[in-house]
Amino acid sequence: MSALARPATAPAPPRRRSSGIRRGEGLAGWLFTLPVIILLGVFLLVPVLMALWVSFSDWNGNGSPLSPSVDFVGLRNYADLTTGNGLAERNFGLSLRNNLWYVLLVVPLQTVLSLLLAVLVSRRLLRGRGFFRTAYYFPSVTSSVAITVLWLFLFSNSGAVNAILGRLGANGPDWFNEPTGLWAVIAGWFGMTQPAAWLNQGGFLEVTPWEWLQGPSIAMFAYVLMAVFTTSGTFMLIFMAAIQNIDPALDEAGMIDGASGWERFRQITLPQLRPALFTVLTLGLIGCWQVFDQIYTGTQGAPGKTTLTPAYLSYQASFGSQQWGDGAAIAFILFVIIVAFTLFQRWVLRDRPVSRRRIRAYQPKAPQGGAAS
Amino acid sequence: MTRHTARGLVAVGALAAVAALTLAGCGSGFSSGSPSSSSGTGLTSSKKPLTIMIGSSGDAETTAVKDAVAGWSKKSGVSASVVVATDLQQQLSQGFAASAPPDLFYLSSDIMAGFADNGSLKAYGDLLKNKADFYPSLVKNFTYKNRFYCAPKDFSTLQLVIDTDLWKKAGLTDADIPTTWDQLAADAKKLTSGKTKGLVFNGEYARLGVFMAQAGGRLVSADGTRAEADSSQNAAALDYVKKQLAAGTFAYAKDVGAGWGGEAFGKQTAAMTIEGNWITGAMSADFPKVKYKVVELPAGPAGKGTLQFTTCWGMAAKSPNQKAALDLVEYLTSADQQLAFSKAFGPMPSVQSAAAQWKSDNAALTPFLAGAAYAQGVPTNAGASDVVNDFNSQLATLKSSDPATILTSVQKNLETVVKK
Repeated sequence: MSALARPATAPAPPRRRSSGIRRGEGLAGWLFTLPVIILLGVFLLVPVLMALWVSFSDWNGNGSPLSPSVDFVGLRNYADLTTGNGLAERNFGLSLRNNLWYVLLVVPLQTVLSLLLAVLVSRRLLRGRGFFRTAYYFPSVTSSVAITVLWLFLFSNSGAVNAILGRLGANGPDWFNEPTGLWAVIAGWFGMTQPAAWLNQGGFLEVTPWEWLQGPSIAMFAYVLMAVFTTSGTFMLIFMAAIQNIDPALDEAGMIDGASGWERFRQITLPQLRPALFTVLTLGLIGCWQVFDQIYTGTQGAPGKTTLTPAYLSYQASFGSQQWGDGAAIAFILFVIIVAFTLFQRWVLRDRPVSRRRIRAYQPKAPQGGAAS
Repeated sequence: MTRHTARGLVAVGALAAVAALTLAGCGSGFSSGSPSSSSGTGLTSSKKPLTIMIGSSGDAETTAVKDAVAGWSKKSGVSASVVVATDLQQQLSQGFAASAPPDLFYLSSDIMAGFADNGSLKAYGDLLKNKADFYPSLVKNFTYKNRFYCAPKDFSTLQLVIDTDLWKKAGLTDADIPTTWDQLAADAKKLTSGKTKGLVFNGEYARLGVFMAQAGGRLVSADGTRAEADSSQNAAALDYVKKQLAAGTFAYAKDVGAGWGGEAFGKQTAAMTIEGNWITGAMSADFPKVKYKVVELPAGPAGKGTLQFTTCWGMAAKSPNQKAALDLVEYLTSADQQLAFSKAFGPMPSVQSAAAQWKSDNAALTPFLAGAAYAQGVPTNAGASDVVNDFNSQLATLKSSDPATILTSVQKNLETVVKK
């Protein structure tokens, strides 16, 4: 949710050269944005800065973090999490492992699915478009707590999902109690049950290579399915809005040129969806790294700590173990991770100049009005 | 464009700094407003009303506590209100951080140390008039760094619960009630048939710990200063459980599709389980047809052993009216009041003077009270609950892992905890 508030933090820039009649505009601009700046400052920026301070302090949860008895401890909380060799480091490593796999599965799946749904319901030929739009959007407007409870029932040992799997002759796992990694389960089908010895030694953040590699646990995978189910509707709306902005004339021009349906989608529609794609990927990425309410209402990190996420760990360290410095430090490492991922993704999706090889293909032809714009 | 954004950010940052300073002012304002936390035996005293925060198991408990507090209010003339927390630990943390905690609250032994370390708690145990009446093992549970922090409000122990119908069906008699590990294994084997496992319990330290206690092991030494997880006694206990799990006569609750031992027991996928006295409520509510009886757990190589769990009445260091709060605690922990609580929602009284009456009221549950004599508390060091959580996550796969490896990692984690 906080992600949606982000764009508002940059105030409307005043005109640089103030001359004559426009002189008062800068002041007026600040005046009009002041209420929002104050609101965001008090309820967003100040708490964030206080949390930043807590992450560098030894505040223990008693009284105000700004009282004189709280000391600055430098990077000790961060060191505790990254080089402490203790339980704090292992928990943090496990939570990163869990959430990384969650992101790697949820973000592509939800993007592809929502794009597919958007293309489907945007077709003019489809009957009852309104119904499908509402149906797909419905999970997004339902509270995540309600969906989590629903999921716990559906995926319980004797739940609907296992009943359906049973009808198909498969023996469903006990989803939310199964700590085995997804890749480890699949490897098990091929008879690979014991990992090589070197995979169980050493490791990053006190988590062995085997633990990093075995993927999301079955329990986490149930959460992956849930996230895809709930968020696809929202992102479908974003894609739909973008698709409606595309001039149908472009598509027709493609048809006249003899492009197939897939070619028109790939070469005409998709490139124009890039801004929407960036929005969806960024929001999806941020949402996935912040996953908390499902975990809090559902498994609380169990089984075998495989659904522990940094956001939940931060809460648990603070409110559960009174390690407020550690909790705040986790939150800020998470912040850095999200920013790094977003920057990387922005770099991948940047507008590239058309390569020389590509442009040559267009040059011999007569310039066509549609393709140039 | 970038320059503008940068300028804007600087302005916003400056504003935030001003706001932060303002808040800092507020912060110190709060703490100077409340009475200074007194050291030693001094208790604060004022005319302020008391707030009592509880984490309730249901309406029966809420009503019983509210009635008891109202009765005390009438007697003492101090008004007091009971607040039911939805997430007790979180709401306590918020109260302490805001310097406005409830005066009295439920506090379980495994989270006490964290709050004691940050100075949120008043150690009032030694001021209690009925101090000598509490079971010594409970007093030890709430003694941290040589200070008796709070009065235990009640407690429970784990014992063996047996399904009498399945017991008879397997051809077993009262003479077969297990008193040793070998007998327990033999009985479990006889009781295992089809979907029913002999003994089912949750795959966590809070259940497997009884075997460690019976073998003479523990996680942290009795005085809380040494980690003892990797002892040969603990390894023997886990080896024993692992062997039975592999044989299929013992099982974890989740392996038979149950949420906890009591559920498996009620559904008769378990012929025996290891649970506390709360199982009686669950059985009469959900599985009234299943007949059962409670017996003491068998003795291990080092004799009898079990675990006990307990909660105390925590008192906030920043409470403005600790004198009245202490009086209320003495009232709530009196034998009569605890027997009334026991009747209303089933906990075992924490004072020895209530034992005789409780035994005659609850004849079938006496083994639970008998456990008080030899029960062992769970580790109470700050950060120990994280270690136990980690231990639990490893115990979940005990069947396929090496007990010694598990205990070594627990030992390593505990060593950093006890040093604090």
